[in-house]
Amino acid sequence: MAKTPSPQELSKINHEPSNDGWMEMPVDFRPGTWCYSGKASALETLELPNPREWQPTDEDWKLPDNWETIIYEGFRERLKKFRSLKIFMDTCVRCGACADKCHFFLGSGDPKNMPVLRAELLRSVYRKDFTTAGKILGKLAGARKLTKDVLKEWFYYFYQCTECRRCSVFCPYGIDTAEVTMMARELLHLVGVNINWVLEPAAKCFTTGNHLGLLPHTFKDSIESLCEDIEDVTGIHIDVPLNKKGADVLFITPSADVFADPGIYTFMGYLLLFEHIGLNYTMSTYASEGGNFGLFTNNETMKKLNSKMYAEAKRLGVKWILGGECGHMWRVVHQYMDTMNGPADFLEVPKSPITGTVFENAASTKMVHITEFTADLIKHGKLKFDPRRNDHRHVTFHDSCNPARAMGLFEEPRYIIKQVCNNFHEMPENTIREQTFCCGSGTGLNTDEYMEMRMRGGLPRASAVKHVHQKHGVDLLSCICAIDRATLSTLMQYWVPAVEVSGVHELVGNALIMEGENERTTDLRDEPLEGMEDDE
Amino acid sequence: MATLEVNGKQHELDEDGFLANMDEWNEDVALALAKTESVEMTEAHWEVVNFLREYYAEYKIAPMIRILTKAIGKKLGKEKGNTKYLYELYPAGPAKQACKIAGLPKPTGCV
Repeated sequence: MAKTPSPQELSKINHEPSNDGWMEMPVDFRPGTWCYSGKASALETLELPNPREWQPTDEDWKLPDNWETIIYEGFRERLKKFRSLKIFMDTCVRCGACADKCHFFLGSGDPKNMPVLRAELLRSVYRKDFTTAGKILGKLAGARKLTKDVLKEWFYYFYQCTECRRCSVFCPYGIDTAEVTMMARELLHLVGVNINWVLEPAAKCFTTGNHLGLLPHTFKDSIESLCEDIEDVTGIHIDVPLNKKGADVLFITPSADVFADPGIYTFMGYLLLFEHIGLNYTMSTYASEGGNFGLFTNNETMKKLNSKMYAEAKRLGVKWILGGECGHMWRVVHQYMDTMNGPADFLEVPKSPITGTVFENAASTKMVHITEFTADLIKHGKLKFDPRRNDHRHVTFHDSCNPARAMGLFEEPRYIIKQVCNNFHEMPENTIREQTFCCGSGTGLNTDEYMEMRMRGGLPRASAVKHVHQKHGVDLLSCICAIDRATLSTLMQYWVPAVEVSGVHELVGNALIMEGENERTTDLRDEPLEGMEDDE
Repeated sequence: MATLEVNGKQHELDEDGFLANMDEWNEDVALALAKTESVEMTEAHWEVVNFLREYYAEYKIAPMIRILTKAIGKKLGKEKGNTKYLYELYPAGPAKQACKIAGLPKPTGCV
């Protein structure tokens, strides 16, 4: 594995493009900037074509003999099927508004990481194969032939996009560059070109129910172990219902919340909340994953993985689904679910059993975001908090890309944090809400061999955190996404080592005053609460 | 693909030097893998590796770090049941380094 350059070395970024034309610039597969290929076993599980052993640094990628025809036909089929793709291929006027909005361009200075140029990698082939001007005028019309080198370039740069959609916010035509990347990745899949960090979790979701590969008894025992930890800190004993038929609500969260640091503390927060309000809920060992790495694979895989949640909700006979602090799950649920697997009319329009609030915004998907649910509980005065239990923290909030830009969830998490924490500080305006900067590792790019690119892509986010760290002493970066919780931790260790990462419900769990609890002397991480011992 | 030779037998490794086929694991292979990580195996190191293997046998996955520290704490005393102790043994991180020596596959997903 490549050694990651030091922060000092990585900070030297040249944003001046070279004078050579972009079509003449070959791809350099430098270690640390690309991901390992998909393993044959994962491709077989997902029924994807051309399973084999290969790596991007190999000269021969072992493509099928007729790979050009396969891509051409695949492109044609998708232009016909997805009207959006056709529009996005045709409408760009190359105004450049998106150019400096991409975290990968800001962090690398590589001109092909400007969203306009990244899309141009695909558009140039589109023009050559599907437009009259391109067929006749060729390069003059910005068209070029698909070659093996072009395919390698696609692979390199469409796996240097996290589908975060920050550039789309600034596009005057509203081109959704994430969908351009999704289509490029679909085309690459047709000839067996893909990365393992996406496919292995997606395959595991099929065989075990979740991305991490937790079998039902592992899932159950991990939850029980976390319940022991909750009892150690609070004195409250919690039993988590699993696969319980007839519960009101099915709760689904990323499997990393059950099994990875620091998501486990967020998970403890959920459980304390449910206990506090006496929610009649269940979790499932079958629908044991909120995330959907199918979104990063192709539409078919996304659809199948998404359907698992609804099949389980139906089997268990719940009324509606409560979703945890996952990022990209909400893009799938909010923007694709309804036309892929919906309408879920065997479920009820979600209604909080505690406050009676009807979540009309989820009338079709039947799935409510936990920060909407908790914010509503607070608004109705149903939760008792002692925010001083978070006084040892200075908190800021990172808007996770998908809940922010794919569902417009800005206020609820902030409302909750301000109720449970006394020290909250916003990062600069152009780095939050719809303009939030990506963690740099989304869409399944959160793998170790890709570390240099992750640290580059995360630099804009880290710089904003550094600003509030220096100005306000911020030492906790909260967020509502499991990929964030894992990758921002690494990012902070690299760029702003004094800052730790948490979910929002970890802070809720710290502050919640539970009936019959012991006096809290530590937070959920077992860290001492200074001054709390002699307070009461 | 890289291989590791132990007692005249070739063992296939993945891109990051993890054992490709965990059935080929034995204590000599573990010692050879530890050498690739510049880890000198002591009794304390073996305790961690053995726990990882027992856990894997039951759950088919490497344990999360908190379960590992809890188990070590229960067995060896509370002062050792923390990540600091594990990092002293495995400076490059217990999750990756100790798992590699124990012959377990790399973790995946949102981790």
